[in-house]
This record gives sequence, structure tokens and C-alpha cells, in this order.
Amino acid sequence: MNRTQVRRWWRLSQQSPWIATLQFLIFMALVMWVVLRGAAEMGYQWQWYNIPEYLWKEYKGELYPGQLTKGLMVTLEMTFWCTIFTLLVGLITALLRMSNSWSGSLLATIYLEVVRNTPLLVQLYLFYFVLSPIFGVDRFWTGVICLTFYEASFVAEIIRSGIVSVDRGQWEAGDAVGLSRRDAYRFIVLPQAVPLMLPPLTGQIINLIKHSAIVSVIAVADLTTEGRNIIADTFMSFEIWFTVAGIYLVITLTLSVFVTWLERRVRVRT
Amino acid sequence: MTENQDPIIRLTDVSKFFGEFQALKSVNMEVQLGERVVVCGPSGSGKSTMIRCINRLEEHDAGRIVVDGKELTEDMGNILAVRREVGMVFQQFNLFPHLTVLRNLTLAPMRARKLSLKEAEEVAMQYLERVQIPDQANKYPSQLSGGQQQRVAIARSLCMKPRIMLFDEPTSALDPEMIKEVLDVMIELAREGMTMIVVTHEMGFAKTVADTMVFMDHGEIVESAPPSDFFTAPESERTQLFLSQILSH
Repeated sequence: MNRTQVRRWWRLSQQSPWIATLQFLIFMALVMWVVLRGAAEMGYQWQWYNIPEYLWKEYKGELYPGQLTKGLMVTLEMTFWCTIFTLLVGLITALLRMSNSWSGSLLATIYLEVVRNTPLLVQLYLFYFVLSPIFGVDRFWTGVICLTFYEASFVAEIIRSGIVSVDRGQWEAGDAVGLSRRDAYRFIVLPQAVPLMLPPLTGQIINLIKHSAIVSVIAVADLTTEGRNIIADTFMSFEIWFTVAGIYLVITLTLSVFVTWLERRVRVRT
Repeated sequence: MTENQDPIIRLTDVSKFFGEFQALKSVNMEVQLGERVVVCGPSGSGKSTMIRCINRLEEHDAGRIVVDGKELTEDMGNILAVRREVGMVFQQFNLFPHLTVLRNLTLAPMRARKLSLKEAEEVAMQYLERVQIPDQANKYPSQLSGGQQQRVAIARSLCMKPRIMLFDEPTSALDPEMIKEVLDVMIELAREGMTMIVVTHEMGFAKTVADTMVFMDHGEIVESAPPSDFFTAPESERTQLFLSQILSH
């Protein structure tokens, strides 16, 4: 086989779904083999049969959440509050940044620069070891507040760029007919900007779910923490981490599908 | 129009800078109530900037602008009051794409004039009939032709019952066959005695409606005269050159 033939074969393989599937299966099999082989060499005992009890428990015919499910609930609860506060802080920051008041815009800029240019982990330690004791905030809310300020710095930019992308002529038309700034935002600019923001905002919520795992370092009982706790008890590190990752995946992928659907809807409407 | 009446618009030594570039160089102009002024000049001559200063879409850097007895300053109350007296039609229409034609027309009267929905809709339908598209009331702007969109934009301004109308190249973005329908609406408006300042290159329209022709170049008003003098015996060489370029084809 000379070079042109190889190239032709390669191009064919790129087009055929069968060959693509085969390539995928071979690759996955290889990964599985490496993992299983590695585990076997370590003498790792797989105990997948022990996993279900950490997801749910049955007692007298009724189902109760297992440890991982409880952790998931904490993660979701955190995500819920963070989402609400993040949108609020993000909106305020975006408006401040775009406002004519230079102190407001300076404040917003400082906040954005500080939060985006320091590690999230360091921010969490700062909140947990410095601010929480001063203001007497518990672990859960410390996590919520810290994540909120972190994610809001991205959300602020999403909101700002959504607003900025509304044509300048729309502002001018609002001005020309004598609408106040507030009315122009409310009736003209935001109704046009929000559909543009929705897909990236949902993407940011997916990030929020992933980033929330970091609160395990301050021992909030979220999904990741529960995973760590179970491993500390049972040493089933392989199974538990696979399961935890799987749960995160299920949630974020569901949201991703939702985003894709949303993007298509928004595109149809404009 | 009477000469000794106070002008409804008065620009005194108005200058405007965009960075280093001086867009207006101490412009002086007076417009009487009911006067129709057509402003022409090469692109970049400051004509749009001048009329955009009159409803403060642009802030002037020096000089004074008084509209209907109110001077335009930082005072937001004054600015809003002036804007409610002054309607503006843009080259790009600038309709609100997310609202129906009817909502485009009722929004400002309801928010800025505090009309009820019913009152605002009555006014809106009345003006849609005047621009001859009442049957499009429930469509969205994107479903209309350019000419129809511009007529909606004119109706939207009129719904605020302005005393002055500013037109910023209202037909420049239109296909040739749609220019007439928009100009007809404007001629009609002029006949009813609306005070108008129109930036346009439509010289036929200018000859029909203008009381005063203004020629601008490099941020200055070069010539200001009644159309009879302006088109037949322009004083300045720059005006002559511009007219020969624009009327020759």
C-alpha cells in the first residue's frame, strides 16, 4: 500500500458510519482493557454489587434515598440557590458595568478582575476561613455565596454581551419616542437580549453544577463529599468515583440536551 | 409663517466633536413653527449629527440648543420633555422587531404619555390609517416591506403627537420603488403644517415641500435659502458643485 492508497482508505473510513463505529468500539475496548488489566494487576476487588445501596435503600417495602442520592440532593439544592443568586448578582454587575456612574463601573470591574484572576479554591478558603467566621455563616451557605460570586462574574459578561448585541438603533428609537431608560430596558432591550442569553446562561449553570464539587473541601455534604466518605469506609474507590462521575454526567447531559433544544427554539423565533 | 415669532428650534454656535474630529462647527439655525426645512450636503458633512443633536441623541459640546422654549442641558427632565415633542424617523427604521406593528405604536404613548391601552390603540389605528396600512397592525415588522416599515416608523413617531418631526435620510435604505410611498406620506404631513427638518437627497421632494433649503459641508451651514433661490442661483461655489453633482443624473 503506497501513500495515496493509505490516504484514500483513511478518507473512506472517515465517511463510513460502520468504520467509525468500529473505530469507536475498538478504542473503548482498549480503554476498558487498560482499566481492568490495571485493576487486576493491583489486585483490585470490584464490588459493583455494593453500589445500589448507596443510591437507594428499601425498608419495609418503602424506598429511601441512599448516601449518594442524599449528596446529590445537596448538590442540586446548592445549584438551585446559586442559580438564583448568580443571575441576580450577574445582572446587577452587568448593569453597573454599563452604567454611566464611574464608581459603579469601577466597582464592577474590580470585582470581575479579582474573581476571575484568583483560583476558585483560594476564594473558597478565603470565604470559609475568613468571612464565614466573621459573619457566622455555615458551610452550606458559605459554599453557595462563594460559588455565586464566582459564577456571577461569568454570568455578568453573558448578560452584558447580550444587552450590547441589541442594535444601537433600538436604544435610539426608544430615546426618540421619549421612553425613560428603565422603560427602554424593560420593553425594548431586555426582551430582545434575553433570548440571546438563554443558551449561554444554561451552559453556565452546567458549569455551576460541576464547580459545586469543590465545596467538598469545606465538608459540605454534597455528592462528591459523600463519595469520599463512602470510599473512606469501604475502599471502593473505583466503583464510587465511576458512579459519582456518572451521576454528574446524567444531570449535565440532560441540561445540555435542554440547551440544544432551547438554541433551536430561539433561532426559529428570530 | 410670521417672521417676528419666536423660533421653535434655535441652534446657537453649536459645536460637536467625535474625538478629534469636529462634526459641527458653530452651527446657527432657526426654525419657525410650521416651517419645513430640508438639509442636504455630502456624506460626513454633519447633517445627521445636527438633527440628532436636536433631540439629544447626540450631546453637543458647545453652544446652545433651545427647542420649544426648553434648553437642552444635562437636565434629564428637559431632555425627555423635548423628546416627547420631537418625533424622529431613522434611515434604518429602527422598529422594535419583537413587537407587533400595533405594539410598536402604542408603547410610547402608554409609557410616556400615560394613555390607557384603549386610547393608545385608537390613536395608533388612526395613524396607521393615515399611512395607509391599518391592515398590517398585527404583523411583525419583519413581515413588512421596507416602505411599509418606514411608514410604520413615521406613524410610531406621530402617535406621540409631536410638534416637530425630524427625518434622518428616511428613504436612503429603501428600494427605489418604495421611495414614493414614503415621500407621499411626508408630503401629506407637510401639507398639514407639521414643522419638519428633513435630511435627504431627494431634491424633487425638497422642491415640493421645503420652505428653506440648508446646505451643509464639513460641519458648517454653507448656505440657507428658499428653494427658489437655492436651486436656481446658489451663492456658494460648494453648493453649486454639490447641486451639479446631485442633479446631473
